[in-house]
Amino acid sequence: MPLLKNGKEVEDPWHLAVDGDALPVNGPVIVFLARWKAEREALLRRNIGVGVRLKNTDKVAELADDLDRLGVVALEFPKFSDGRAYTQARLLRERYAYRGELRATGNVLPDQLLFMHRCGFDAFEATDPRVLRNWENVVGAFSLFYQPTGDGRATVNGLRQTRAASDNEGSR
Amino acid sequence: MYAYDEYDQAIVDQRVSQFRDQVRRRIAGELSEDEFRPLRLQNGLYLQLHAYMLRIAVPYGTLSSAQLRQLGYIARRYDRNYGHFTTRQNIQFNWIKLEETPDLLADLARVQMHGIQTSGNCIRNITADQYAGAAADEIEDGRVYCEIMRQWSTFHPEFSFLPRKFKIALTGSPNDRAAVRVHDIGIRMHRNAAGEIGFEVMVGGGQGRTPMIAKTIREFLPKEHLLSYLEAILRVYNQFGRRDNLFKARIKILVHEIGVEKMRAAVEDEWQQIKDGPLVLPQATIDAIAAHFAPPDYRPQAAEQPEVERLRRSDGEFALWERTNLFPHKVPGYVIVNASLKPEGLAPGDATAEQMEIVADLADRYSFSEVRVTHAQNLVLPHVAVKDLPEVWRRLREIGFATPNLGLITDIIACPGLDYCSLANARSIPVAQRLTHRFSDLARVHDIGELQIKISGCINACGHHHVGHIGILGVEKNGEEFYQITLGGSADQDASIGTILGPAVSSKAVIDAVDNLIGTYLDIRQGRETFLHTVRRVGVAPFKERLYATA
Repeated sequence: MPLLKNGKEVEDPWHLAVDGDALPVNGPVIVFLARWKAEREALLRRNIGVGVRLKNTDKVAELADDLDRLGVVALEFPKFSDGRAYTQARLLRERYAYRGELRATGNVLPDQLLFMHRCGFDAFEATDPRVLRNWENVVGAFSLFYQPTGDGRATVNGLRQTRAASDNEGSR
Repeated sequence: MYAYDEYDQAIVDQRVSQFRDQVRRRIAGELSEDEFRPLRLQNGLYLQLHAYMLRIAVPYGTLSSAQLRQLGYIARRYDRNYGHFTTRQNIQFNWIKLEETPDLLADLARVQMHGIQTSGNCIRNITADQYAGAAADEIEDGRVYCEIMRQWSTFHPEFSFLPRKFKIALTGSPNDRAAVRVHDIGIRMHRNAAGEIGFEVMVGGGQGRTPMIAKTIREFLPKEHLLSYLEAILRVYNQFGRRDNLFKARIKILVHEIGVEKMRAAVEDEWQQIKDGPLVLPQATIDAIAAHFAPPDYRPQAAEQPEVERLRRSDGEFALWERTNLFPHKVPGYVIVNASLKPEGLAPGDATAEQMEIVADLADRYSFSEVRVTHAQNLVLPHVAVKDLPEVWRRLREIGFATPNLGLITDIIACPGLDYCSLANARSIPVAQRLTHRFSDLARVHDIGELQIKISGCINACGHHHVGHIGILGVEKNGEEFYQITLGGSADQDASIGTILGPAVSSKAVIDAVDNLIGTYLDIRQGRETFLHTVRRVGVAPFKERLYATA
């Protein structure tokens, strides 16, 4: 499946291991949380990259101590209208300082990409080909944002404060 | 009032461009209706029984005269010359063409308006006391905090796909005119023991099929923490609110199922981790927003107004209107004027393009260019000098907006019902119209006194029937319209959910039924006791007995 990462279409090197399946001999692998907890040591010993996929009812805190060992955390949108993973994403980025790939899976639609990006997702499984085509369009639709989310974008309030400060500077 | 800066304006303009593209993709077939639906809904565009309906946000019920005039233009240009003010201080246009909506939204953006988040499972338009900034009884102008919340909630990336819609209301007065206790979050400004002003935060109120009164989750929240505390509540709700059943997805069900103690613990736990983060509101930020709501340039007014005095003595109609449709202003010599959108025989909350334009003109001349929309579907001129009352009254009377019935039996709240709405089971507007005909005698209306009738055409309760002193709920039985009656509801600071009286009555019988209830009240009331007080004192039994004895 094509992957949109940092705004570009890339080959997805990761293999999703469904519970019960044997792990592939080579290559990085993504497992679900239960398997990660059960086979953590073995997975780390493979030494070729491991990621974890969380259900949107899983607690991200369960990964808190292992985040620097993971190459990918994948979150799920079973339906685009089920927004639990937005909270999971922000917690991973902002509370647990996760810096690796944060991947959106499931019903990922172009018109939700900007919200996802603002919450910290940087990779999107493109089951829908329009996701690949519309990145610039969708992410460029807005240039100003009210909420601080830890995505590095300036907030409107921040811009106002900067302007007020420079106005004061100028009037002195 | 608040005026956009270039940042606010850019966001709304960008939204118009985005939606223009989405509509183009829909019309070109690149988006399916299923995919387009949430996109149009987040711009307030519904597909109703006969046409698209566009719901436009009136943030915390405050409009400038220029905005109201533009709404009049939109009514004429894009609709059938009228609009409908709603129970959430918004306005709806009922006859909209999909392909015209991008232009319509661009016309709105020119006056700093939009339909953002007037639908969908997101944080909806935040509502407030319609008298904010003017009322003699308020602690502080709550619109400052409503605007802060408006900005925070606009396109909030984490909370745009909540389990269900989310409504926040705020009152800055101890006398709650914003029905905060029947909102997902209700906020009441008050002073703590140290004299500081902050917020009581209530959570889990709502109407719909499971009406509930909100519970206090925090007695006193300092102003600087408003946004972080809201973010904590929303975050808990986004994670734990039910998504398995549409009818159990509101936060009230979560609060009910886990209990307010557990809810409080979860929110506090989350809040502790974010309260000192980037959502803290510095005083400078609050001050900058508050500057927008600086009081207008009130003029000293003569204590004696002989002209007004004379009219009051000579014209009983004016005297009645003055007694009924005004509210005390915080500045001497000024009053708050309510324009009643409940004339006999018309749909509650409807206004024509011409009516909107005339109210806008009145606002320019007599109310510092400000207008308010009330959740009871009336309009308000918030700052009128007493000396101008005769002229304001005459002009309002000319357009049919001076019925002296504010807060009385014919000041009826009604949802659009089956005349427009695809969710409705029965019509609401014709019931309201028939009631205004039955109770057209003003002397009788005033004798009955304070009474709120609220009518919903289905269990979603947009007409607030659960909190009507008399609530009327339309239901459908074998293809016929029936109406279930509740008594004793209230949406104010003593909020309560009404009690169902008994079997629903037919459409034919519903007006007589209300009349019957009024008869019982008039017979058993004590002194100046209101209808609600009588119901609270005696319960529903005497009403029920007499109603169904004659039925």
